[in-house]
Amino acid sequence: MTAVRTERLTKDFLTGFWRPTPKRALDALSFEIPAGGVFGLLGPNGAGKSTTLKLLVDLLRPTSGRAEVLGRPPGDTAGRQRLGFLPENPTFYDHLSAEELLTYFAGLFGFTGADRRRRATVVLDRVGLEADRRRPIRQYSKGMVQRVGLAQALVNDPELIILDEPMSGLDPIGRRDVRAMIAELGQEGRTVLFSSHILSDAEELCERVAILAKGQLVTSGHVSELTSRDVTGWVLVVAGGDEAQHRVMVPDGVVRHLGHDRFALELAATSRPEAVVAALAASGAVLESVTPRRATLEDVFVRSVGQVGADVAVTGAQGAPR
Amino acid sequence: MNLRRIGLVAWHVFKESVRDRILYGIVAFALIMVVAAILIAQITAGQDVKIIKDLGLAVIEGAGILMTIVIGVGLVAREIDRRSIFALLTKPLPRHEFIVGKYLGLLLTLMVNVAGMTAALYLMLAYADTQIPAEYEAVLDAPILDPRLLLVVVMVGAELSLLTAVAVFFSTFSSSGLLSIIFTVGVFVTGLFSADLRQFGDIVDVSPAVAAVIQTVGWIVPAFSAFDIKAQVVHGLPLPTWFVGGTLLYAVLYVCAILVAAVALFSRREFK
Repeated sequence: MTAVRTERLTKDFLTGFWRPTPKRALDALSFEIPAGGVFGLLGPNGAGKSTTLKLLVDLLRPTSGRAEVLGRPPGDTAGRQRLGFLPENPTFYDHLSAEELLTYFAGLFGFTGADRRRRATVVLDRVGLEADRRRPIRQYSKGMVQRVGLAQALVNDPELIILDEPMSGLDPIGRRDVRAMIAELGQEGRTVLFSSHILSDAEELCERVAILAKGQLVTSGHVSELTSRDVTGWVLVVAGGDEAQHRVMVPDGVVRHLGHDRFALELAATSRPEAVVAALAASGAVLESVTPRRATLEDVFVRSVGQVGADVAVTGAQGAPR
Repeated sequence: MNLRRIGLVAWHVFKESVRDRILYGIVAFALIMVVAAILIAQITAGQDVKIIKDLGLAVIEGAGILMTIVIGVGLVAREIDRRSIFALLTKPLPRHEFIVGKYLGLLLTLMVNVAGMTAALYLMLAYADTQIPAEYEAVLDAPILDPRLLLVVVMVGAELSLLTAVAVFFSTFSSSGLLSIIFTVGVFVTGLFSADLRQFGDIVDVSPAVAAVIQTVGWIVPAFSAFDIKAQVVHGLPLPTWFVGGTLLYAVLYVCAILVAAVALFSRREFK
């Protein structure tokens, strides 16, 4: 089952007061998110992440293309019944306490009577605000407001949770807690879609990611596939022999002394480790391990985003008026 | 249209307004003015009761208008400004229910305040009643505790309902609170002179085109002056039932039309 599907989703914003001109924020974005698990929407600032999420929850309307959320068009009331959304840098009503806010929102989902309050209490407990639930939100720290934001996104026990930069502005402990909660929601079988530019969070939490840059999808897939698709080098750990001999064996690589008589021979991706392994016997060294060095999500991100930047720059240069 | 959800939004608006300090300021001012009516009446020999009624009703209307404008123009705009609307509109709450709920919430706030001020006015009149000799009371145009005063309050309520709809309408698409205030006050003031505008061509010598434009404006803007029946009631003049009924029906129809327009605009609005 598919939780989210977009087909050539495009969004232009009009800029300028007197002569509004369209500026493309999202360009023919197509992707699918299967139900269950954590999906990361990554990209630098201005990549179109928030625009995508707002299109999915009907806060924005597409210029062209279409989207489906839980098999329904964005904005469908029945679909929203199964959806939770945390906006970026959320703000709520200063005059309400967290409990009052959650009770209000639970009512909008159809909870009545004591169930409303019970539901509010359950989610506030879950985000760790049980002790402060009766304090006005205006007295909350940013981290606490973010927790309220998470609580309101969970108040209806949703199947799909869309979180826009959920770790934004949080201190390390707050980030750790939110990360743990997202992981837990994914393990419960819910679908979590979150946007972020913090790659370590995405690498730790997500099974699948999509990377956006300048409004375009540059790559998507399983994190394990993306990060293991390319070998960026090899590391051979050997025991014995001397450093000078090893340097001869890996003229383009790096030799590091690991202590005692152990060495790490680091080869570029273009070198083949087999040739070095074959030469080891003659040098009197013994092979301990051969490890391919894989790309991290950060490597994938930087390369993908950099590629789009270069493509856009080339296209821009070619298309520039003479 | 889910009435329960509309009720929740309306109750939230009421709660927010009740906790708003501005509201307390306006209510306190209004109550002081109602009490001041007694003092003013004491220095205006022979006109005591009329002064209390006139001033009291004017304060109820004025305070209601002030509340409508101050709270009403920010009703939707403030949700957008502070971005609380992002979380709210992604709940199963269709936009038309949001607008209707907001409108009814403000209306509830206004009606509760108007009811409170009306009660204060009747208290003042009851006090005046104890101070005025029976022979003087017999020659008054209208009884001191005149139940027809409630009719004035109902008409004020209808006027405020209409003004609230105007304020909500501008609040749905204007990105600036100041602009919303200017538009709302502009429509209100124009509406007070709508009868004059409709006869503009007959009174002032202008080109037929200009007269037609001004007369059209006079027909389009809500006729707020039609709700003012204070003078008739205070002076004990007759007030045809058809006029009161027709004016109330006019308010209901106009409110519906404005809310439909507000919903149409708000439903198309995007939130960046």
